[in-house]
Parts: sequence; C-alpha cells; structure tokens
Amino acid sequence: MANYSTNEFKGGLKIMLDGEPCNILENEYVKPGKGQAFNRVKIRKLISGKVLEKTFRSGESVEGADVMDTELAYLYTDGEFYHFMNNDTFEQIAADEKALGDNKKWLVENDVCIITLWNGSPITVTPPNFVELEITETDPGLKGDTAGTGGKPATLSTGAVVRVPLFVQTGEVIRVDTRSGEYVSRAQK
Amino acid sequence: MRHVLFISNWCTTAFMSTWKPTTSHHARLARATMLKHIRQFFEDRHVLEVETPLLCHGTITDEHLDAFHTQYHFDSTGSPVSLYLQTSPEYAMKRLLCAESGAIYQICKAFRHEGEGRWHNPEFTMLEWYRPGFDHYELMAEVDALLMTTLHTAPADVMTYQQAFDEHIGICPLSAPSSILLESMTRFDINIDSPHTLSRDSMLQLLFSVVVEPNIGQERPCFIHSFPASQAALATINKEDERVADRFEVYFKGAELANGFNELSSASEQRKRFIGDNEKRQANGQETKPIDEHFLHALEHGLPPCAGVALGIDRLLMLQLGVSTIRDVINFPTHIA
Repeated sequence: MANYSTNEFKGGLKIMLDGEPCNILENEYVKPGKGQAFNRVKIRKLISGKVLEKTFRSGESVEGADVMDTELAYLYTDGEFYHFMNNDTFEQIAADEKALGDNKKWLVENDVCIITLWNGSPITVTPPNFVELEITETDPGLKGDTAGTGGKPATLSTGAVVRVPLFVQTGEVIRVDTRSGEYVSRAQK
Repeated sequence: MRHVLFISNWCTTAFMSTWKPTTSHHARLARATMLKHIRQFFEDRHVLEVETPLLCHGTITDEHLDAFHTQYHFDSTGSPVSLYLQTSPEYAMKRLLCAESGAIYQICKAFRHEGEGRWHNPEFTMLEWYRPGFDHYELMAEVDALLMTTLHTAPADVMTYQQAFDEHIGICPLSAPSSILLESMTRFDINIDSPHTLSRDSMLQLLFSVVVEPNIGQERPCFIHSFPASQAALATINKEDERVADRFEVYFKGAELANGFNELSSASEQRKRFIGDNEKRQANGQETKPIDEHFLHALEHGLPPCAGVALGIDRLLMLQLGVSTIRDVINFPTHIA
C-alpha cells in the first residue's frame, strides 16, 4: 500500500496507525510563524471505532490502509457468520460477529448495507440509515392514554428494543433510524 | 462504458470548476474596503507607504521558514544566480530605515514554501510596518488601534508568554525542564510519536497552539509578549530578563494575526544569529541559506531604534467576515492558481 505524506492528508483518507486501519476525520495544519509545522489530525480507528487526536510532524509519511467500502445485500446468518451478496456480481462475503458489533440488530434480509473491507476482509458493517422491522412484543398500552408519557419499549424481530408511541402495537411494522436507534414512523404499506 | 468515459474526461473535468475564484463578491468588496481603511490609518499617522522587492538575492535563514527559490540566468556576471521570493519584506524595509526613511509601511505579497491549511496559503498578503522611536509596547498599542479601526474590537488583553503558560498549563515556559514539558503534553493529550526528539521550542509551541491559543483572544484580541529568546531571530533581548526577547504576537479567535518586536540593530549579533541558524540547518540535514549581506551592511551603517510588526491581511479579512478558511478571502488559492 502506498505511503501518504501529511500534505496529502484530508478527511476520508485511510491510513494505518498502531497496526489498525483508520479514517482521517479532520486535518488541521498548525504552523506558528516562527516554529515547526505540525498536522493535528482527528482519526477514527475503523476496527475499535475509537476516535482520537494525533499530531504529526509536517512532511512525515504514514502507511496507507487498503480500505474500501462496498454495498452488499444481507442474505442470512448461519449463527457464526453473516452472509452478504453483491447484487451485480452475486459474489458473497461473510462477516463475523466482531465486524457487525451492535449493528447486527438492524440487519434485515435483502437490505443493502455498506461493508468496509480491509485487505479484502470485512471490518465494519453499516446498515441503511432507515430499516423497517416488525414489533414482536410490546405492552398493549391503555387506550386514550397518549399524553406526554414518552412512549413504551418495544422488542423488534431482530431483538432490538426501541421506544415507540403507545398507540403502536405488536405485529405492526415500524421504521427506525439506525443511527440513533429511534422510532420514526409506522412503515408505509 | 461509463467508466471508460469517466477516465477519458477526467483531465478536462478536473479543471471545469477550478477556474472560478473561491471568494464571494462580498469578500472582494471587503478586501478593497479594508485596504482603503488601512491606508487611511497610516496616512493619518504620517507613516509612508513604500515598496520593496519581492525577489531578492538574500533570504531568511530560520530553520522553520523556507523561501521559494529560482535561478536567474541574465545576471551581469554571466553566471546564473539564486534569487528568493521574500517570506516577508523585513530586510529591505530595514535597509530603508537605515537610510533614514522614517516611519514606513508596506502592503505586499509574501511567499512561504510550506503547506496549505485553513489559515495558510503559500502566497499571502502581508502588512508590515516600522516605527522609529517606538518600543514594542507603543507598537502593541498602535496594532490594537488598527484592530479597533478595522475589526471594531474591544481593547485587547495583554499578557506575557510566561503568564499565559502559568495560567493555562500551570508551568513556567522559561525554566521548566523538558521532562515537565513532555509530561504536560501527555496531560493535554498531545499524542505524537517520539515526543522526546522534539526541540524544546517545538514542545512549547505545540503546547501553546493546542492548549493556550484556544483559551485566549476569543472575545477580544490578546497580545502575548516576552517570548523565549530562542523564538525571536530578529528581536532585541530584554534588558531586565535575558531569557526573553522583546517580541509580541497577536491572537484573535484562533488566528495568529501579527508578530512584532523591538528590532535588533547590532550587525554583529545579527550575523551571529544567521550563522547559528545555518548551523542548525546543517545539523538537521537542511540546506543552508545565503546571508543577506546588503541587510547586514545597512545594520553596520546604523538602524535607528525602532519596533516593527507584520500582520496577515488575509487572516484579518477572515476574522472580519467570520469565515473559517483562507480560501474564502483569496481569489485563487495556490492549489488552483
């Protein structure tokens, strides 16, 4: 993989840091009039998800990370791996539990997810911003009691738990924002 | 098919949007008005506008400043000579002062061979002025007056470099050993490889820009003065405390806006510092720079006691317009120039 000098740093560039692929979020060139130049960089580690700040001496080079995003449709899980398919080439890729992390609760069959590959292996899976899931369990809620209660918890078919308004019932399909984990609306039929 | 088209068109499409200036008409108007106000400010104070060359035989020796360099093939000696684009018009303006020009100012382009950033473009506009008979305190007051005129700021805060470190980091920048500086960098999450290989000044400058700067000059400009003597190549050393130089910087809303000092007038001391710079360059594996002999001869003739300051016009405009990148105030920044 190519090396990148700090002059090439910009948001979105993928570099290696402490043996882990990272995404540059922000890059600020710091150069006091009478001093040495530095690049202050905000970085997200792509495997651990940790965000940190790192300072480089300007002109320094770092190793690039062979990271690419690919859009794949979720097929099924065999219990250990989660299988995805490229809808154009029908090529399949299996991601493990670690790559899924918390996001496995938003996987819906046939939904197109963004799979981030590092050296060809999946390291993260990002579900679509909105998914539609069926409520498998929620308290019936009292009729008419809808004023400012903040809703009730509902368990969805994937095991995810979200807060829903009192009028939404078991068996209904709802739309959820996967970034915040919040109820958006009843699904459009 | 789509991919093939994309590649063949890339070269032309890459330039399709980059012919345009990165400024708004509003920003261009603001620059014209700003320049008019600055010229009025100096006319009212009987400071003479001058021009000096941007392309010179001499250049700065400072280890952290690099000039663009070119070869001149038409020199009367018959052999090619090196010429440098000036990083500031300082040497030539001081030659004018030595020739009894009196108070002078200049608005010109300055060039630095360094990276681009939110606050940096390799070619930028500088306002530099010199006041014979002023010390750096009187000059700070005049810079403050200019900021009040152009940015309508409240009167500035003033503190020493030492006070700033004491207040925001709790250490003394003049006496703390390197181990304390390293410990402070860790305490403020300055995460850099092999920090112990940084020079003492680089450690101080990192601490200053990461910890002190965000905490000063937010509401009103802040003048920091009495920098460590090692961070002032052309300033006099303070008479009472030889650890510090009579140098000041102005910070406002995250920008390092101006740098000024009592001008060193001793030719021999200046020559010693230039040679010292070149020795540092050699030790770092950088190329050494020619010393500006015209400038040193002028100092030998005699520089009147004076204070001078350089102020970044583009940054001043950024602050006036409240924009976050220098590209918003420079019509064609270097990457599309």
